[in-house]
Amino acid sequence: MTQPLLKIDNLHVTFSTRRGLVEAVRGVTLAVEPGEMLGLVGESGSGKSVTGFATTRLLDAAGRVTAGEILFRGQDVTKLSGDDLRHLHGAAMSMIFQNPRSALNPIRAVGQQIADAILTHKRISKQAAHAEALELLRAVQIRDPERRMAAYPHELSGGMCQRVMIAIAISCNPALLIADEPTTGLDVTTQKVVMDLLADIAAARGMATILITHDLGLAARYCRRIVVMERGRLVEEAAPTTLFNHPRHPYTKRLVAASPTAHSRIEDLVTEEERGPYAEIVRKPKLPQAPGTPPLLVVQKLAKRFDQGAAAVADFSMTIAAGESVGLVGESGSGKSTTSRMICRLIDPSEGDIVFDGQSIGHVPSRDFHRSPFRKDIQMVFQDPNESLNPRFTAHDCIAHPLKRLVGLREGDALRQRVEECAQRVGLPLDLLPRFPHQLSGGQKARVGIARAIACRPRLLVLDEPTAALDVSVQAVVLQLLDRLRREDNLALLFVSHDLNVVRMLCERTIVLRNGVIVEEGDSRALFDNPKTDYTRELVEAIPHIEIETKLAAAAL
Amino acid sequence: MNQQQVIGRTVRGTLGATMARAGRRFLSSLPALFGVLVFTFLLMRVLPGDPAVFFASGPNASKEDVELIRKQMGLDKSMPEQLALYLYDVGRGNLGRSMMTGQSVTKDLRERLPASLELTFTALLIALVSAIPLGVLAALKPGSIIDHGVRLFCALGVCVPTFVSGLLLIYVFYYLLGLAPDPTGRVDVFTSLPPSRTGFLMIDFLLAGDIEGWWAALKQLILPAMSMALFVIAPLARITRASMLVSLGSDFVRTARSVGLSRRHVVVTYALRNAILPVITIAGIVFSTMLGANVLVEKVFSWPGVASYALDALLSSDYAPVQGFVLLMASLFVLVNLTVDVCYGIADPRVSIE
Repeated sequence: MTQPLLKIDNLHVTFSTRRGLVEAVRGVTLAVEPGEMLGLVGESGSGKSVTGFATTRLLDAAGRVTAGEILFRGQDVTKLSGDDLRHLHGAAMSMIFQNPRSALNPIRAVGQQIADAILTHKRISKQAAHAEALELLRAVQIRDPERRMAAYPHELSGGMCQRVMIAIAISCNPALLIADEPTTGLDVTTQKVVMDLLADIAAARGMATILITHDLGLAARYCRRIVVMERGRLVEEAAPTTLFNHPRHPYTKRLVAASPTAHSRIEDLVTEEERGPYAEIVRKPKLPQAPGTPPLLVVQKLAKRFDQGAAAVADFSMTIAAGESVGLVGESGSGKSTTSRMICRLIDPSEGDIVFDGQSIGHVPSRDFHRSPFRKDIQMVFQDPNESLNPRFTAHDCIAHPLKRLVGLREGDALRQRVEECAQRVGLPLDLLPRFPHQLSGGQKARVGIARAIACRPRLLVLDEPTAALDVSVQAVVLQLLDRLRREDNLALLFVSHDLNVVRMLCERTIVLRNGVIVEEGDSRALFDNPKTDYTRELVEAIPHIEIETKLAAAAL
Repeated sequence: MNQQQVIGRTVRGTLGATMARAGRRFLSSLPALFGVLVFTFLLMRVLPGDPAVFFASGPNASKEDVELIRKQMGLDKSMPEQLALYLYDVGRGNLGRSMMTGQSVTKDLRERLPASLELTFTALLIALVSAIPLGVLAALKPGSIIDHGVRLFCALGVCVPTFVSGLLLIYVFYYLLGLAPDPTGRVDVFTSLPPSRTGFLMIDFLLAGDIEGWWAALKQLILPAMSMALFVIAPLARITRASMLVSLGSDFVRTARSVGLSRRHVVVTYALRNAILPVITIAGIVFSTMLGANVLVEKVFSWPGVASYALDALLSSDYAPVQGFVLLMASLFVLVNLTVDVCYGIADPRVSIE
């Protein structure tokens, strides 16, 4: 096998946007052997997905291959058209997309959608296609496939939808499968199941796979060879072991450092120059709490029932001391967001009480809580920095808003000073303050969100997946910022996340939720190193760990 | 096969849920209907004009005559009394008697409603059949000549009022080309009407097996229907284009392309089926507006429909027909909304779960 299955040579892709031409991919050269699984890793804007879309000829109308060639079995894909292109799609190469639910037709039964794909490339009867679709559903291990054939995407979970998507992609036995962030947005355990399935299917059918992901750990777990992209260029190509132990390119070094692992500490995530004043603060020992100090927050037997009657959260009790950081982890639907919103007093609990600083606040209706003196003591940072900022407010207005409403500051020098002080503390350059959210990057928006939350000098900060939408390198900086703020202000953090590696680093204590009930809680390090319940163990083991994999690989060599 | 049973059960479940939803929606619209009833009643009383004077035989009718007519009409009673009487009558299905035609309003409406409905349905059909392909074509090539052409056509359609386009159509097709029959009523004078079964001439002629009559009625129908359709093609085509653009740019269309489905399959089965949902809503609204607003077209083409009937009644302060008309329109509006709901439930499986 001298000729690779896919050979991309000096690929350039340009997008025409309102601000002129943007080069998304600038000279990528890579090759994929038959049956191989190649990891294509990079952060947002690195051009990894664009490379994938260019290969399958699914670029938006605005995108164009301006130079280079993509040879698939020796044939230049960029020059195909009409029927050749249609034959290429599905029969020769196919794609699995991010966000499986929207990638499936919402008003067509999933069995029908698989059959559609089969019928396009095979001249068989509808019944035969139907039977084949059923076989495929079985192959992707969907339980009760006969019944699921008639299901619509909204009736299936995200992981199930992704299995259906895989079934569609493999329906005509393509030689190349391009998986674009196939598990982003799925729970860790689901991610593991789906990725294992994908790897097994690809191996069993001899399909070559390109795994496009931002998650180095994931790529390391499933790929023999990883290609790292940065701003449209290929910066490094190596086996996972080499990549993690001896990264050569500075970008790869930063990426490897920023990827949280089982043993990394927050201070390791960023390079020396980004660390700045953080190092000294970490070295300062934490002030010991005077014995007998009551905890800042006590939650007693909290429960929330929504209309249907099933409890989203039941019998939830916890405490947080001042300056303590507590992680709340669990899969989607475990009730962690509901709990955090009840503690923030954004929704009302059905039962139980919340005591903050010795006073019960659980019975204040959430509608009136904005008038409570404790509103400025409990603040929240929301999941999506894009959605949680008012698009018509500048960064300055966003940060000033709580100061005006809760502290009662008027427009003027005092307010401006407070806003600038907050911006400085979160490391937001002051010249960005007059900008609107759409003029800021994801990391800058996250900083605005945090600045807004700390503007009133709260004592408890509730963070709902604050870094889920961020790239790892930005996440590293944000985590470090949060930890610094906690140490400086003796701020208590309640950190809601599904990313166990992040929780392990940031939080001293961790609570594991499942179906609205606490499964396990305790000191973070102990809990992650020695999980007591099967569920926690399952969660911990599902995280793609870089170290463990590299050790295994080293042992195998 | 087992498979078939499963599909059957799901479909039945969806239909059942849709029906239950439609029923709930119907019940919740009853108060609105009642409100419409009371509101029109009061409105008619507030409007200037004394029907008793109007219907007294002449301008020099004596005071006693007017008084007598007033008593006959029940106008001497207090307002609440009149309202109670009116509600009682409506409850029994009696909408009163028209002073103009001397017939009961129910009978008048029953005679004229099919004419209006036939016209509106035809117009809506023409509008949908032309608007959806136009919108799809425009969306497939946004910014192209076709797109701009469709936009221009839509703009013209909206900015020319129906009575102007109606007159233009008459001028071209009747006066200049002589293709259309003279624009008076539902059939020309030489054609004898078929026995009335549904009231819809297109159906009645077919039932009677009278193809020639059917053709004559169709020729009468086509021009007014066209001028009404021209007016509503624009909103339908625009919404089709917009939702088609969203649909074509969506992830699932990309998926369909990625597995190599044929272009027709992608555009029709994947994109259009999804894009049609907002079009259904707009079509419902358009239909309701057309029913009431086609008075202009009915006047231009001497079409014996309910709208021109109500206008005549309004001009002569004939309370009962106007009230009956408004009630009819409100009920039709409720019916149309129910139909849209049911269509939605069938077209989109996500709607049926609540």
